[in-house]
Amino acid sequence: MFRNNYDNDSVTFSPQGRIFQVEYAAEAVKQGSVVVGIASKTHAVLVAIKRNAEELSSYQKKLFPIDENVGIAIAGLTSDARVLSNFMKQQCLGHRLTYGRNMPVRSLVDMIGSKAQVNTQHYGKRPYGVGLLVAGVDDQGPHLFEFQPSGMTEEMVAFAIGARSQMARTYLEKNLDAFASCGRDELVQHGLKALKESLVQDRELTVENTSVGIVGVGKAADGSTKVEPFKVYDGQEVNAFIESVADDKEAEAEAAPAGGSGMEVDDE
Amino acid sequence: MDHRPQAWGRPRDDVYGAYDHSYLQSGGPKQMTQSPVVTGTSVIGIKFKDGVILAADNLASYGSLARFTDVKRLRVFLGTSVVGFGGDVSDMQYLDRHLNELAIDESYEGGGAQEEHGEKGKLNAANLHTYLHKLMYRRRNDFDPLWNQVLVAGLDAAGKPHLSSVDLRGTAFTSPSLATGFGAALAQPIMRKYAATEEDAARLTRDQAVKVVQECMKVLYYRDARSLDKYSIAVVTKDGVELKEDEQLEKQSWAFAEQIRGYGTQTV
Repeated sequence: MFRNNYDNDSVTFSPQGRIFQVEYAAEAVKQGSVVVGIASKTHAVLVAIKRNAEELSSYQKKLFPIDENVGIAIAGLTSDARVLSNFMKQQCLGHRLTYGRNMPVRSLVDMIGSKAQVNTQHYGKRPYGVGLLVAGVDDQGPHLFEFQPSGMTEEMVAFAIGARSQMARTYLEKNLDAFASCGRDELVQHGLKALKESLVQDRELTVENTSVGIVGVGKAADGSTKVEPFKVYDGQEVNAFIESVADDKEAEAEAAPAGGSGMEVDDE
Repeated sequence: MDHRPQAWGRPRDDVYGAYDHSYLQSGGPKQMTQSPVVTGTSVIGIKFKDGVILAADNLASYGSLARFTDVKRLRVFLGTSVVGFGGDVSDMQYLDRHLNELAIDESYEGGGAQEEHGEKGKLNAANLHTYLHKLMYRRRNDFDPLWNQVLVAGLDAAGKPHLSSVDLRGTAFTSPSLATGFGAALAQPIMRKYAATEEDAARLTRDQAVKVVQECMKVLYYRDARSLDKYSIAVVTKDGVELKEDEQLEKQSWAFAEQIRGYGTQTV
């Protein structure tokens, strides 16, 4: 029987020049539910589909605030994301303490990039099994970054990672030119429409399974710029967002939790 | 001849005799700065309408000896801020090298993204002050202080003039006008006549502020025995830093000295 001899560790190249462990880690990202991120001139938003392991369980969180000016969306192993998230929180806090300012998003992303890359070059280590979308604002405005387990990071205008994210990316590519001038709510609507593209048949966005995260730059009273802190919207808070992108015929149906069981209604 | 690798590159014992290790003792108590050695005297700074002015003379004293008369005690940071150093000159040189390193790291940050955004996103004077504050306080807690009092001049995140101070104990504060060392007693009262409050400072023109600083430098030269009539002056505005390092005190009048017994070289 054929067996791959070159995927036992992340330090061995295959004869074709591939490192299988790193590629497998990238597969773990594709197992996670889809997350979408978009940046405009004023805002960066993250939207995500949450999954529950079984009907009786709660939904796994997908969006995490890192600091006032940064948040992440995760696809892949949540426990690995926890490590990266804690690291990012510490770096942001340390930067705020030593310099008295928000950490520049690019330097933060570069740090997790370097951290993840090390894991792909040492025997006995494994790559992180999680991909991230990092949304944040700094002195240079809003940013969206993609992070992959290989250590690759890249700034994006809009992107989607996770299961069936290709459909969401197709939507984003089609509407690419519109994003830069979008306001906050328009941006979320684009994000949710992209999410919808990735949904399987008979599934739809509900207040249970949808998360929205927004960060932006606003104007202070004296005309200077002010950070609109990263905030995650869950549950009933996302209702208005979902309704704003509901197909006309389904607009009324949103009130009842679509596709949910009676158990979920109980705790309301 | 001794061919062992341990002896490579070392003075030959048969030529120079055995090395006397008592000159370089690794044992014994760790020694740290107990008092400054070569010192710079006052640094003064005042805010005005569009920026901040900083001045310090060009003298480094060795005790009461005027040892070095061309020492530049105002250092420019990233072309946007100025740091003025009072106190130990070797610690100043250490801090200067350290800040240069920081400036280089900061310029590399973001892979040249700063090119498109100008000064935006770089460390401003307020950030720099926070950093120096943490650095000085850390060293104080190590019981190995950097024996300086420094003034930081520049603009803050909102583009407003910023003037602040940190000393060897990590005490940090800001004010419309500041002076270190003897200047705190001799120059500060003069500057307060013109800029007692932020509002007063915001009414001062650049020419007025320069005149006040020149007047202060003159009084300092009259009454501070560790001072010099050659000084540096830096004007920081949103357009950058104008640093003049070879200024001469003009229109000195020592007539007042004749009235004072014990001042100067009278024999009676």
